[in-house]
Amino acid sequence: MATSDIKLIGMRPSPYVNRVQYALGMKSIDYEFLEEKFGSKSELLIQSNPIHKKVPVLIHAHKPICESLIIVQYIDELWTSGPSILPTDPYDRAIARFWAAYIDDKWYPSLKQFRMAKGEEEKLAAVEAVKEGLALLEDAFVKCSKGKSFFGGDSIGYLDIAFGCFLGWLKATEKLADLKLLDKTTTPHLVVWAERFCADGVVKDIMPKTETLVEIAKILQAKARGSNPN
Amino acid sequence: MSDEVILLSTWPSMFGMRVQIALAEKGVEFEFREEDLTNKSQLLLEMNPIHKKIPVLIHNGKPVCESLVAVQYVEEFWKDKSPLLPSDPYQRAQARFWADYVDKKIYDAGRRIWATKGEDQEVAKKDFTDCLKVLEGALGDKPYFGGEEFGYVDVALVPFYSWFYAYETCGNFSIQAECPKFIAWAKRCMERESVAKSLPDPHKVYGFVLELKKRVGI
Repeated sequence: MATSDIKLIGMRPSPYVNRVQYALGMKSIDYEFLEEKFGSKSELLIQSNPIHKKVPVLIHAHKPICESLIIVQYIDELWTSGPSILPTDPYDRAIARFWAAYIDDKWYPSLKQFRMAKGEEEKLAAVEAVKEGLALLEDAFVKCSKGKSFFGGDSIGYLDIAFGCFLGWLKATEKLADLKLLDKTTTPHLVVWAERFCADGVVKDIMPKTETLVEIAKILQAKARGSNPN
Repeated sequence: MSDEVILLSTWPSMFGMRVQIALAEKGVEFEFREEDLTNKSQLLLEMNPIHKKIPVLIHNGKPVCESLVAVQYVEEFWKDKSPLLPSDPYQRAQARFWADYVDKKIYDAGRRIWATKGEDQEVAKKDFTDCLKVLEGALGDKPYFGGEEFGYVDVALVPFYSWFYAYETCGNFSIQAECPKFIAWAKRCMERESVAKSLPDPHKVYGFVLELKKRVGI
C-alpha cells in the first residue's frame, strides 16, 4: 500500500495520537504524519473531522476515521496479517474495552485534574483518585495478563496501547509534582509492565520525551492560571 | 450446555434497553432483573465493583459492564445470527463513531431538558435538537444508520426515543416539528419486535421523570 494512501493528522505530544502510531507501528504500516500546529486547526482537520475537530484522524484512501480507539480497532480489523491487537475471545475483548473506557472516562481525567489542581486540599484529593485508579489497573493487569508480559499477553495489545500511551504524561506529572504515582510497593506489576512497554522497539521511537511533556505541562498550567510565560 | 444470561438493569434505562434489543435481535433468552438504585443488590455491587452501575450483562456468571461494550459482546459471541455491525472495517468504524457520538452528546443534552428551566432549558432544547439534526445528516436517505439493515447505531440510539414524550412535555416543544426525519427513523425501528418489546411506554417514562424532578428538587 502506498505511503501517501495513509495519512495521520496529529500532534506528537498527544497520547491519543500516539495510540494510533503504536497500532500502525505494530502492523508495520507506513504512513504520512501531518503535524497540526498547537493552538490552531488546519482546513484538512476541520474537513476530515467536522463533528469534533480533534486529532487524531486517520485518512485512508481519502476516507477519514476519527476517535483514537476506533482507529486502533479499524487498523486491527483491516490489517489482519500483523499481530492481533484485540484479543480473539469475545469475553477478553469485552474486558479490554471496559478498561480502555475506564481509562478514558475516569483515570486519565483524574490525572489531568491532579496536574491542574490548585491548593493543597485539591491536590491531595486529586492524587488519591489517581492512585486508587492505578490500584484498580494493577489488579486488572494481573487478571488480563494471566502471568504474561502485557495486558494483551505475550505482545502489546489494545489495553496496553490504551493505557501505555499515557505513561509519558504520567512520568511528566511525577516529575512536576515530585512524587511517585507508579511504585514498586503499591503497583509492582504495573512498574515492570511500564518499563517493558516503554522499552518496546515500536514504542520508544514514538513516546514523547518526558522533558518535552514537562515543558508543555508547565505552559498549560500557566495558561490555566491566566498568566502566559511567553 | 444452555447459556445463563442475566441483565441487571432498570426499566427506564436507555442503556439497559440497548442490551435488551441486542439480545432480542440475537434470539437470546435472558432474565431481566430490576435493580433498585437507591438500594443496590449484592450481585450488582459484586459484578460491577468499579462503577456500581447498570446495565450489567452476566453471561454464565461472568459480568460485562458498560452498555456498548455489552452490545459488542452480544454481537461477537452470538455472531451467527442477525449481525449488528457490517463486515467492512470502514463501515464498522463509522458505526462505532456514531454510537460514540450518541454516548457523548444525547444523554446529557436530554437530561438538561428535564433537569433545568428558563434560559438553561432553552439552551438544552437547542443543543438537543442540534444533535438530532447532526444524526439526521448521518442517516441521510437510508432506512437505518448502517444502510438497509437495522444495526449497531440504531441499537445505541433508539432507546432515547422512549424518553422523547418526557423531554417534549417538560420542555414544551415538539421534536417532530424540528426533526421529522429522526422521528420517521425511530418509528421504523419501533416496527421491529426487538425494539417494541424493549422500550417502555413513553407516558410511564414521563411519570418516572416527574418523580425524578421531585427527588432532585426541580
